[in-house]
Amino acid sequence: MVEFTLPKNSKVREGKTWPQPAGAQELREYRIYRWNPEDGENPRIDTYYVDTHDCGPMILDALIYIKNKIDPTLTFRRSCREGVCGSCAMNIDGTNTLACTRGMDEVKSGPIKIYPLPHQPVVKDLVPDLTNFYAQHASVQPWLQTVTATPEKEWRQSKEERDKLDGLYECILCACCSTSCPSYWWNPERYLGPAALLQARRWLNDSRDEATGQRLDSLEDPFKLYRCHTIMNCTKACPKSLNPAKAIAEIKADMVERQV
Amino acid sequence: MAHETKTVHNPPAAARYYGSAHTGTQTFWHQRITSVAGVPLTIAFIAIVIALLGRSHATTGQVLGSPLVAIVVILFVASIAYHMWIGMQEIIVDYVHGPVAKYLALFGNMFFCSVVGLASIYAVLKLSNGV
Ligand code: SF4
Ligand code: SF4
Ligand code: FES
Repeated sequence: MVEFTLPKNSKVREGKTWPQPAGAQELREYRIYRWNPEDGENPRIDTYYVDTHDCGPMILDALIYIKNKIDPTLTFRRSCREGVCGSCAMNIDGTNTLACTRGMDEVKSGPIKIYPLPHQPVVKDLVPDLTNFYAQHASVQPWLQTVTATPEKEWRQSKEERDKLDGLYECILCACCSTSCPSYWWNPERYLGPAALLQARRWLNDSRDEATGQRLDSLEDPFKLYRCHTIMNCTKACPKSLNPAKAIAEIKADMVERQV
Repeated sequence: MAHETKTVHNPPAAARYYGSAHTGTQTFWHQRITSVAGVPLTIAFIAIVIALLGRSHATTGQVLGSPLVAIVVILFVASIAYHMWIGMQEIIVDYVHGPVAKYLALFGNMFFCSVVGLASIYAVLKLSNGV
């Protein structure tokens, strides 16, 4: 449901300004969303100063710098630090992206503002609860389904057929797209969202998969698929330069194709 | 209809809860058809209106009495009203979730679009002396 104001206990307050690191040559200001489920307080924005000469170039480097040198309680997820695991997705300077692949210098001037991914429950600080997102991904049954007997050696696929999976299989399930989509904000329980639909497309496109009809049947729904109004936020947000909006348009074209 | 849905606590079960409604494509397709049809129909309608500007009631009735003109104007009205209905319905489904508010808005929309469409068609028929 559309909400125009935040619930009282979610209103964001001005937080603490942490001391600047001593002897720094060049400082960059960070304003970061903090929320701890255990202290009963409202969320707040804390201000930190990062010595850019003592820190790597990426936003994730700055977060690690803050955690190691200023405030060990700052909570965020990260693993690969090179854009392949999808765990460091957050809202940086107003856009959903990966902290590990976004350079500090890409945020041109002023403080760098960091929030958790929008419209998801927050576990703590920059960690969103993606349980529903993962459940929706699982609901499109993202695995090979066949009716013919499994071949002795392998399921054959030509080079051209394999090419049809490009732009789809690379998704790292970071949720930048789905949490940037207004339709997903308003109907997160019933609209599958761009990430799950991109994966639905990936399996619809697979020449080896034999469940196309059932897959289309399960997407034939005013909410699961047709809440997408081609707003394109998803495509703009994707840090892997994938195009979920196009994948969704192709699913709709298949739907029409099998009816008319 | 408007009732409290049961609570499903297990996320995978919640994601599968309603299953597929097996509809949606037809609405989508009709929305596309009416928007494509809207282009030539709107151009034709504007041309007819321009041609009728400043003409007397009698001449207007005569022009609208020609089957081709009357059919184009009626098609224009019907296609726009239907398009408006679908478009508004999509917006309501997006934004209005309250159990009562949603159905009230959907009924109101259906009523408004039908009345606008039928009243306009009635007016065309009346002007063309068909009623
Ligand atoms: S194109 Fe569809 S999925 Fe992408 S942001 Fe828009 S509504 Fe959401
Ligand atoms: S499509 Fe892009 S933004 Fe969406 S989950 Fe996959 S990698 Fe992330
Ligand atoms: S840490 Fe893995 S994608 Fe950023």
